[in-house]
Amino acid sequence: MKHLLSTEDLSLSNAIRILDTAEEMSAVGEREVKKLPALRGRTVVNLFFEDSTRTRISFEAAAKRLSADVINFAAKGSSVSKGESLKDTAQTLSAMGADAVVIRHWASGAPHRLAATDWIDAAVINAGDGTHEHPTQALLDAFTMRRHWARLSGTGSEGTDLKGMRVAIAGDVLHSRVARSNVWLLRTLGAEVTLVAPPTLLPVGVEKWPCSVSYDLDQTLANGVDAIMMLRVQGERMNASFFPSTREYSRRWGFDDNRLRALDDLGMTDTIIMHPGPMNRGLEISAAAADSPRSTVLAQVRNGVSVRMAALYLLLSGDTREPAAHRAPAYAAAAPSTKESI
Amino acid sequence: MAANTGTYLIQGAAILGGEPADLLVRDGIIAEIGSGLSVDGATVIDAAGLVALPGMVDVHTHLREPGREDAETVETGTRAAALGGYTAVHAMANSTPVADTAGVVEQVYTLGRAAGWVDVRPVGAVTVGLAGEQLAELGAMADSRARVRMFSDDGICVHDPVLMRRALEYVKAFDGVVAQHAQEPRLTAGAQMNEGDVSAVLGLTGWPAVAEESIIARDVLLAQHVGSRLHVCHVSTAGSVEIIRWAKERGIDVTAEVTPHHLLLTDDLVRSYDPVFKVNPPLRTDADVQALRAGLADGTIDVVGTDHAPHPSEHKECEWAQAAMGMTGLETALSVVQHAMIDTGLMTWADFARVTSTAAAKIGRLSDQGRPIEAGEPANFILVDPAARWTVDPFRMATMGRNSPFAGRELPGKVVATFFKGHPTVLDGALNTPHPEAAATPAGAA
Repeated sequence: MKHLLSTEDLSLSNAIRILDTAEEMSAVGEREVKKLPALRGRTVVNLFFEDSTRTRISFEAAAKRLSADVINFAAKGSSVSKGESLKDTAQTLSAMGADAVVIRHWASGAPHRLAATDWIDAAVINAGDGTHEHPTQALLDAFTMRRHWARLSGTGSEGTDLKGMRVAIAGDVLHSRVARSNVWLLRTLGAEVTLVAPPTLLPVGVEKWPCSVSYDLDQTLANGVDAIMMLRVQGERMNASFFPSTREYSRRWGFDDNRLRALDDLGMTDTIIMHPGPMNRGLEISAAAADSPRSTVLAQVRNGVSVRMAALYLLLSGDTREPAAHRAPAYAAAAPSTKESI
Repeated sequence: MAANTGTYLIQGAAILGGEPADLLVRDGIIAEIGSGLSVDGATVIDAAGLVALPGMVDVHTHLREPGREDAETVETGTRAAALGGYTAVHAMANSTPVADTAGVVEQVYTLGRAAGWVDVRPVGAVTVGLAGEQLAELGAMADSRARVRMFSDDGICVHDPVLMRRALEYVKAFDGVVAQHAQEPRLTAGAQMNEGDVSAVLGLTGWPAVAEESIIARDVLLAQHVGSRLHVCHVSTAGSVEIIRWAKERGIDVTAEVTPHHLLLTDDLVRSYDPVFKVNPPLRTDADVQALRAGLADGTIDVVGTDHAPHPSEHKECEWAQAAMGMTGLETALSVVQHAMIDTGLMTWADFARVTSTAAAKIGRLSDQGRPIEAGEPANFILVDPAARWTVDPFRMATMGRNSPFAGRELPGKVVATFFKGHPTVLDGALNTPHPEAAATPAGAA
């Protein structure tokens, strides 16, 4: 792996490898000194063309825990807002010696442009591009699901996949990079995915995706789900006739208190409720659902740092060998044993 | 016809791919066709293995001048045209200022005369400033020295049905034609690529086929209602081919064009996010490509139009959504059409002459172009080596645009010579000299 651009082309072995490495990394986060020397002297640039404090600080924390130098480049208020092109920005970062570029961009495919051109020779991590993909979000979601799924079967999560897990993803699929990255990664990991949305918020062509599609959230819940992921929906979408009103949206496709009760009534005691954040409480998710013990929202945030540490480590450490079952990872030798605190 | 164009004896050219014959060109016309011709003082060109075809006529070219001379000029664009086998091009109206007055179309016409590489026939805008609100002075453009017969807001659809109806009616007064860029604007707000399986995965806003087809359906019915002539630019979908076929069966006076890139490329290429594949209308699916080929072969689609659209490199070296739409096409059209239509057995060279020259000249009402290769006809023809193979390198083209979607591809067919009004603008596959008449036409003569 030279870049992490999408989950569509992420192999099962690489996906498992990132998730397993993230398990190791999460142990670091539980220590008093939350730092590894693995990327000392390497420079990671957070290149953000779109506001996203949550994702940016998650990547920043991940890079700093690996001892990398971090440069935050927010396109707003910089030369980019004065009309500098992506090419010139990339070449500038290249001249400054960036080893990895974490890019968030409003335009689908912008990370692919950085990776495919000779503008910059750095590892590129897609931190969300337009309505295309958000691979680290899908990986942290899978990480969260995998821990839950493994715990239910009484095993450790390392090396496991999501075979047999039923995942519903509900909301604005059309405009969601999170949904796309999740569909591909969950397919790769063997989960059964159902997309639930108003027909207006599903892309033309969704019928070719490796998942089921439903317009009925209640029916989907009644059919049984192990994880329900609610997607953020923008209230302004109603102005473009994607749905009549936020109230109607909420009644039909929001995870409200009635649906939270329905999980209990249906006997689905182990079903988790996920949300990539930021949440619109009262629109796609009720406060009771967001705050319920089923909610994994904060665990997702916590796991995001571990997954991003794993991605940065694997892309920058030069350790491109396929994972060997019993080989200690290279970073372990450079730090006090991380195994102890697992 | 001009004198001073010299005498040329072309030996052994296969006219429309038929039996080899000799052509004698003198004083701008084809003086004689026969075998074993011999003329003292003639420049002899050995055309063994070459096919003679009528000079190609492009119904759809963006020469960018006036206004965007950093993208292309009349001089560079017409050099590219000559190298590509063209003897006439229709220069689209979306220049700056817009070609919506007699003054601008005469300027473009005069620049074309002064360049001397091909006939430049300006297309007039349908509406003032391409704004879609008020008819431009179509009659003044028709009566100008540029003798405009084709009118188009190309790049923008004349979407107001009343305005479109009036335009169709009005141009009947001077045998004009409205060339429609069929794109329903509300269905394509922010559109980036064909809407379908690939756009769903890539997260790029879709340009649905129905946005083209619904306008074509409306326009053929309007043309029928008012008894007018309609031309449909760059048809890109299988559904559009069906609607045009239906309209022609009903006797509606509609003609249609397809670009070379829509005959070969599909939206799968967008997976690279490389904006060299960004074009309007967008690249479609393989089913569309096959329907367009079939439509061109059976005459539903009348002509090939390049939609040659050069852009400065900074408009393509960027994010997909930021990039300009358009591809160069003049210097690759013949090869792409040979590859997609002739080498596949769908068409003959005689068909090629029809779709690249005869029918195109008829749509634009060009009396001296698209003529048969016969004695007494104007000497607008090309010599093509169909056995040649070449690899497309945009940096070796005459156009200023480097945005060729065929870069790096090996294609068949090479234009060896282009005769424009009796003068070889291209010889041995390279630019020769402009027509001598050009020297007598100062660029500022308008």
